Amino acid sequence: MAVKLPIYMDNNATTPVDPRVLEAMLPYFTQKFGNAASRNHCFGWEAEDAVDKARQQCAALIHADAKEIIWTSGSTESNNLAIKGVAGMYADKGKHIITAMTEHKAVLDPCKRLQKEGFDVTYLQPGRDGVIYGEQLRQALRPDTILVSLMWANNEIGTLNEIAEIGRVCKEREVIFHTDATQAVGKVPIDVEAAGVDLLSSSGHKLYGPKGIGYLYVRRKRPRVRLTPILDGGGHERGMRSGTLNVTGIVGMGAACEIAGREMAVEGTRLKALRDKLEKGIVSGLEGHGVHVNGHPERRIPHTSNISFAWVEGESLMMAIKEVAVSSGSACTSASLEPSYVLKALGIGDELAHSSIRFGLGRFTTEEEVDYVIEHVVAGVKKLREMSPLYEMAQQGIDLSKVEWSAH
Amino acid sequence: MAYSEKIIEHYEHPRNVGSLPKDASNVGTGIVGAPECGDVMKLQIQVDEATGRIVDAKFKTFGCGSAIASSSLATEWLKGRTVDQALDIKNTDIVQELALPPVKIHCSVLAEDAIKAAIADYRQKQGGETVGEPQLHGNKIG
Ligand SMILES: Cc1ncc(COP(=O)(O)O)c(C=O)c1O
Repeated sequence: MAVKLPIYMDNNATTPVDPRVLEAMLPYFTQKFGNAASRNHCFGWEAEDAVDKARQQCAALIHADAKEIIWTSGSTESNNLAIKGVAGMYADKGKHIITAMTEHKAVLDPCKRLQKEGFDVTYLQPGRDGVIYGEQLRQALRPDTILVSLMWANNEIGTLNEIAEIGRVCKEREVIFHTDATQAVGKVPIDVEAAGVDLLSSSGHKLYGPKGIGYLYVRRKRPRVRLTPILDGGGHERGMRSGTLNVTGIVGMGAACEIAGREMAVEGTRLKALRDKLEKGIVSGLEGHGVHVNGHPERRIPHTSNISFAWVEGESLMMAIKEVAVSSGSACTSASLEPSYVLKALGIGDELAHSSIRFGLGRFTTEEEVDYVIEHVVAGVKKLREMSPLYEMAQQGIDLSKVEWSAH
Repeated sequence: MAYSEKIIEHYEHPRNVGSLPKDASNVGTGIVGAPECGDVMKLQIQVDEATGRIVDAKFKTFGCGSAIASSSLATEWLKGRTVDQALDIKNTDIVQELALPPVKIHCSVLAEDAIKAAIADYRQKQGGETVGEPQLHGNKIG
């Protein structure tokens, strides 16, 4: 059977809405359209019930209490609320924040803004495996540290930080621990109690829910975390996030979390097998020549693979596999013309950062699609290597690092 | 990013991929760019020493689709020109021909640099004067 083209293999960027999620949402557009804050008629009650149910569904997936879920527009907002909210509320206790160089911009940029406002931020740098370990954090903590923000799973390489250990260190030192779990929720088991997480960001569109909805988990007990809100208004969401609730989005996010909770184990096993098949197929197709899997080989979410292909530029490889939607760390695919800062932080070198492709498998990825991708990636890399002066030089035994390149 | 049809056409059917004997006295080689910047172009010309005409041109490029297309187009334009005429090829001509978007203009600049570097190398081998600022662009291997 021929595969249907184009193939979507960029599920770390976003996922399609699961049809079951859409079905759950539909009545809330036209029939059950009430405002969840309307306390005095049945339209409002119906919407509020739906929101409460979704709160339960989302909380259950991360072992939290429903009251600890604060609805937002997605992880960008959740990260902003967590970081700026803690900074605003606890500034008198200290002005030091710890995060990592490999975080998403939605964490890094709020931190940078706080630096301009007088906060001191430490950016941890991982080793080659991309993992931030608890011990590394322990050494960076200071008496004036008020917040640690370290992601559960990285969006470019899928690497899992040593979250439970990080949480333990934070508890010991009584520092608030925020984790951007956008890429992890619904993909790997999460237990905010066991992991000692105080704040957690999650987004609907990364787990087969709709875009524009997410939540921030805010711990209510041991300790009770308080935040300065970003949006002032009607005082919704315990005053932490004003604004009429996005009931359809919330219902979708709830349904998505419930499905993920039920299917995660089986889905994770299936996707890991497909991901491993993809990596093995590509490596063997290229005889292991100049193929580097980035990040930790084991400590990873099951559906993500980030591979650098030496001597081949990432964007040109994306053109070679134009029927396959993937992402690249190449500068040519970013607005900034800089290669991926995440890969650079790992110390793999700009050249290999330019040569990287992220494959993001998902719920709807089939084995036939993986076979197609292996075949076309291998052929594309071979074709581009034949065209590459770097490959030619490497074949001639020239050490590329010793060449005096003309930077431009 | 959406590409123009001409870029895609050159990318899918690149002209003149390959290498010429770089030590031959009638071959000029230019290598410009850097791997850390995401693009390296090697462009070579073979000149008929009697007529001063470029009889063959080859390239190899590490870079995005626009960089590959720019160098492919450059080799196409080089063939049949005299060395002097080759210096008339400007990056803006490449931009126009391939409809390169603004963020890809550096690819055409690189192609122009590669042409200049190849010609400078050829002229140096012939014992002549160098032109423009080719030393700035050529790479030394050491
Ligand atoms: C790790 C991480 N954090 C934050 C975000 C931003 O999430 P959202 O699109 O919901 O604002 C993303 C998605 O791009 C992400 O992968």
